[in-house]
Amino acid sequence: MDYFLELFLGGLTRGSIYALIALGYTMVYGIIELINFAHGEVYMIGAFTALIVASVLSLMGMSGFSLLILAGLIAVIYASAYGYTIEKVAYKPLRQAPRLSPLISAIGMSIFLQNYVLLSQTSDFLSFPALIEEFEFMEPVSHIMRSSELVIVLTTAVVTALLTLFIKFSRIGKAMRATAQDKTMAMLLGVNVNRVISVTFIIGSGLAAVGGVLISSHIGQINFYIGFIAGIKAFTAAVLGGIGSIPGAVLGGLVLGWTESFATGYVSSDYEDVFAFGLLVFILIFRPAGILGRTTSEKV
Amino acid sequence: MNKTQPALEVKGLTMDFGGLRALDHIDLEVRQGEIVALIGPNGAGKTTFFNCITGIYEPTKGDMIIHPRGKEPVRLNRLKPNIVTEHGLARTFQNIRLFQKMTVLENVMVARHCRTKSGIAGAIFRTPKTRKEEAEMVEFSYGLLEKVGLAQYVNELAHELPYGAQRRLEIARAMATEPFLLLLDEPAAGMNPKETNELDKLITKLQVEDKLAILLIEHDMKLVMSISNRIYVMDYGSMIAQGTPHEIAENPNVIKAYLGEAFDA
Repeated sequence: MDYFLELFLGGLTRGSIYALIALGYTMVYGIIELINFAHGEVYMIGAFTALIVASVLSLMGMSGFSLLILAGLIAVIYASAYGYTIEKVAYKPLRQAPRLSPLISAIGMSIFLQNYVLLSQTSDFLSFPALIEEFEFMEPVSHIMRSSELVIVLTTAVVTALLTLFIKFSRIGKAMRATAQDKTMAMLLGVNVNRVISVTFIIGSGLAAVGGVLISSHIGQINFYIGFIAGIKAFTAAVLGGIGSIPGAVLGGLVLGWTESFATGYVSSDYEDVFAFGLLVFILIFRPAGILGRTTSEKV
Repeated sequence: MNKTQPALEVKGLTMDFGGLRALDHIDLEVRQGEIVALIGPNGAGKTTFFNCITGIYEPTKGDMIIHPRGKEPVRLNRLKPNIVTEHGLARTFQNIRLFQKMTVLENVMVARHCRTKSGIAGAIFRTPKTRKEEAEMVEFSYGLLEKVGLAQYVNELAHELPYGAQRRLEIARAMATEPFLLLLDEPAAGMNPKETNELDKLITKLQVEDKLAILLIEHDMKLVMSISNRIYVMDYGSMIAQGTPHEIAENPNVIKAYLGEAFDA
């Protein structure tokens, strides 16, 4: 039973991170129907920023919870600036172009950012400090759940709840939903659609950075390539849940996390990806729009 | 308000799509507080004309100027749709384009976007200013829904409304941007006579109570004749006639465009 629980909680942690990144994919897709392939790189840049900031700050004698918050905050701001800039540079000029063009541009942006980090930093794995300390009250259950896992799961839950409230009730949230449904009409009602798109990229990138900092601290090492793998997995999660849907991204992330965790635990870690992508194929055969996605007929 | 002051002036508006001339030197004027109808057979270019004015298309040639009340005139050429709306021009479409997955109240509140300010920071920290603004937004939107007779539907999803109510919601939503000039593209399309009758009253109410200038495209001749102060007629991208409803009804060019040439016996 303990073994099952351990796998379950491990899957929950993994799934939470996928969910945090998948939210960025799904929000951007919801608004401009683009798969932002550079999104994984934003997550990676968030992790690198946190590593650099944390190293500097710990040299200055900072530690513990305040170090995590400060490094995380700076990583979020930095990654958001990247997300904003990526949209302005790589996607906005292609707003009127055929749908394939921004997609290619996204892939180009992804490769560019990977290599930029490779050249400006290193190709080696770097060790990432454990920013999340072990809590004392977690001692009795530490053999099945680490404190960092608890923090990851809780953070994801809180952030997702806040995001849902923001989109449901805030003025910009309403403008986002309106833009997602009918861009031209939203514009004609006075919504500054370009601004709404920028805000979407900023929020999505910030969430990815949160995921990047937390998981790097949990795993303990990063390199320039982590964004590609996490990005593909999170994209899978978004599609699994129904791309464009926010609860779908979270559900897709969790389902994927559990699938991988149980496949690793009961079969073999070699087959982790086989199960993950096998599940994707399986779901897409029976529910092409994803678990929570709704099939909509194209309006003419 | 002086009824001879212009609200919208369009001069020599031309729109080419490749080799096709969709609009050919169109001149049109709507005065403050006036209801003007734009009629013509299908494909005459009426909706293209609306799309040029509202910034969806960029016209090939010509000038479009609006005169917001108590402000400097604004040239609309090359302005983005949301900027045109900010200057006080609102429109509806011939097919219903509500935000189907949002509630009736939310549909109207989205249209308050350009008249409100609070940003992300305000939304996250729920500052008193944001809360006050939101409360005002709800109150204003609710008032508008009452005015068009939709108060009972506030929290329903837009696509759950009956057809006539959806049409009125579109008008309420356009009104939420606080326009002085309203463009209605076939507001009575698909309506039954009772609904058309209610629409007639609503449009007249907007003219009288809100002092709006209204330009509408419409095929329902009974409605057009009863509410319009003046009528413009388009055919094949050109303006073929203008005048009072009475003059238009007797204009031989208009009769020819609608019914075709009569045979000489």
